[in-house]
Amino acid sequence: MKLALTEDQRLIKDSAVTLWKDKGAVRRLRSLRDTGDATGFSRELWAELAGLGWLGLPFPEEHGGVGLGVTELCLVLEEAGRTLAPEPLLATTLLAGSALLLGDSDAARSAWLPGLIAGDVVGTLAWQERARRDDDPPSCAALATPAGDGAVMLHGSKREVVAGVQADLVIVAAQHSETRELGLWAVPGDAAGLLRTPLSRIDHFPCARVELDGVRLSEDARLGGAALLASALDRATIGLAAEALGAMSAAFELTLGWLRERRQFGVPIGSFQALQHRAARLYIDLELCRSAVMAAARTADQPRVSAAVLGQAASLAAARTLDTFLRVADEAVQLHGGVGMTDEHDIGFYLKRARVVASTFGDAAWHRDRWARLAGY
Amino acid sequence: MADLETFRAEVRAWLEERAPASLRGRPGDIFHGTWGGRRPDFETPDHERWLAMMAERGWTAPTWPREYGGGGLSREQNAVLQSELRRLRMPAPLIGFGLVMIGPTLLEFGSEEQKREHLPPIVRGEIRWCQGYSEPGSGSDLASLQLSAVADGDRFILNGQKIWTSYADASDWIFCLVRTDPGAKKQSGISFILVDMATPGVTTRPIKLISGASPFCEVFFDDVPALARDVVGGLNNGWTVAKALLRHERTMVGEIFARSVIGGERELLGLARTAIGPAEGRLWDPLVRDRIVQSAMDERAFMLTVQRIQDAARAGQSPGAESSILKVYGTELNQRRRELAVEIAGADGLGWEGAGYDPDALARTRDWLRSRGNTIEGGTTEIQLNIIAKHVLGLPDGGAR
Repeated sequence: MKLALTEDQRLIKDSAVTLWKDKGAVRRLRSLRDTGDATGFSRELWAELAGLGWLGLPFPEEHGGVGLGVTELCLVLEEAGRTLAPEPLLATTLLAGSALLLGDSDAARSAWLPGLIAGDVVGTLAWQERARRDDDPPSCAALATPAGDGAVMLHGSKREVVAGVQADLVIVAAQHSETRELGLWAVPGDAAGLLRTPLSRIDHFPCARVELDGVRLSEDARLGGAALLASALDRATIGLAAEALGAMSAAFELTLGWLRERRQFGVPIGSFQALQHRAARLYIDLELCRSAVMAAARTADQPRVSAAVLGQAASLAAARTLDTFLRVADEAVQLHGGVGMTDEHDIGFYLKRARVVASTFGDAAWHRDRWARLAGY
Repeated sequence: MADLETFRAEVRAWLEERAPASLRGRPGDIFHGTWGGRRPDFETPDHERWLAMMAERGWTAPTWPREYGGGGLSREQNAVLQSELRRLRMPAPLIGFGLVMIGPTLLEFGSEEQKREHLPPIVRGEIRWCQGYSEPGSGSDLASLQLSAVADGDRFILNGQKIWTSYADASDWIFCLVRTDPGAKKQSGISFILVDMATPGVTTRPIKLISGASPFCEVFFDDVPALARDVVGGLNNGWTVAKALLRHERTMVGEIFARSVIGGERELLGLARTAIGPAEGRLWDPLVRDRIVQSAMDERAFMLTVQRIQDAARAGQSPGAESSILKVYGTELNQRRRELAVEIAGADGLGWEGAGYDPDALARTRDWLRSRGNTIEGGTTEIQLNIIAKHVLGLPDGGAR
């Protein structure tokens, strides 16, 4: 495992940098918010991402993918994170995409994966029922009840489903009513009995509540069980850490710019040692985040990686980036002074996003606890 | 590549035949090994033989040029040599500041004559070096140093004092920053000079630390004559030489702490299991458990950062100010871990010496006390943060100090 970029990875990173810079950075999210855009993200940009092959980065060529890995996808996610891009790239590729790719159902894979890679299918995973991530696997009251001929009926309710309204494919975690076994089920976005209500959250990324009121599915819609959910969540956690790394880097750079430019007492405030040391400490923490994220992405790409090794790598990246993103965002607002509290300034968007990221796939304390469990204490 | 494999075969055969069997499997570490010098203190006769046979091939300093006694190996060849040494888990034949500090500095800044005079005795382990930088009035503000060197024909006469000189009482030569032009701006009047510590007028006095150990000394210079030809890098150009050498030092310190933090999780867990005990497979005290996890995860992220810096350097993608990052984070991590070890032990961690306390617990308590110095020695944390703020983040100079 080499923690340096190859020439090809560098090229992907450079084109991701250029793409999002050209799209107008945080102004884009602000305008989607201010216009009350119903989609909540840009369909045009989505088509562009598909055209560049980025929706197919972590999928093998036999399924229409690019045949690279989570490592390369994370480079793109990091740049998306820098500008707080609300496109459901992570939900589509690492939540839904991982469940399809690593699941048992050939039928579901060939039905959904090519469209997902081509940009025709927005995918997501509805797993959360409680406000806080609790057990491992997460507690699940949604039920899959046998309905004859191997078919099932899904009943239940899920919260905080990323792009839940926009998704063409909602993969749902539900417990079998008889075996009590957890299952992941591929539900088409237009399925009868699937009700989706948008949630307006502080970060203005698209999110929804999803109700399942008797959604009928055939046998081959079952992708796998608890182990599949765990690996999809771990891969998505790594992607989220990469996104957070980009976002906190951008917030940090904005703050450095302000420290150089803002003058008080006749000098730039960035010349004060008290502020310099705070900035230097944030920088060190950012560098440690980067190491943890790079290592986690490469771990996910190792062939036949064990669940425990993947889990520890994901939890390390998450625990570090979640905490550091919050700290960077808090400090960024403080160091900006009054202007940092205004809606007009971009820095507040980062603070709100940091809070959402920090309780998306479990908070930092949850990930530390899991690290210890996986290490046997 | 074929050449490298031939080289590997040759090295392996040579080591298999000659490396003393008693030393195999005893790799030692960066602080415990053969320091050499005029008054060498070999752990066993085999350590002495091991030094002699390696020095003869120049393999105590494998990449130094052959004309100065080094091994003349390429980086790739040295990697092969080191991997063969690791295979047998052999200790380093020689450690010390000659190899890692003054040697590389002389190779960069020394005159031909200086290299020929000083490098071969370092390779052979005959001269042990120490570093004379800090003075009682010049710690973080090193450039304010006052040790005076007044020209007197082809010599300089030195008067003044150095402090915090590691192992000065066991060393033979000292490389020193001295003031050769008291009229110039402070960085410009400094020279870098080499002094034989056997010269009359040089005295050393160990400093006892809060941990009870004495790794540092004061060094006094009382009308000490030094030779003008032993000025390195040109008269009044010492600051440039000093800064280059500090970079070697900080990288070394980073590596030291990278090694020192390894194994923290296992050690802390062992202590906690004894002192606190498990319940249902977990440590029953959730707060101690969380602090151990925190420390373990910090350790892992730190090791990954050390690796990333190495990988990036090989790929030509240097993140910049690496040594300052490693110094700040590694030393604080080491402190947190030592502190936690003592805290978990409760009253068992309060022993100073003698009967009534487990020897391992006594050592851990001393280690905790010693670790408080980590964020001070080799450039304080505050100085490292200044370096990051100015040289990496580009924050402006000139504010309140």
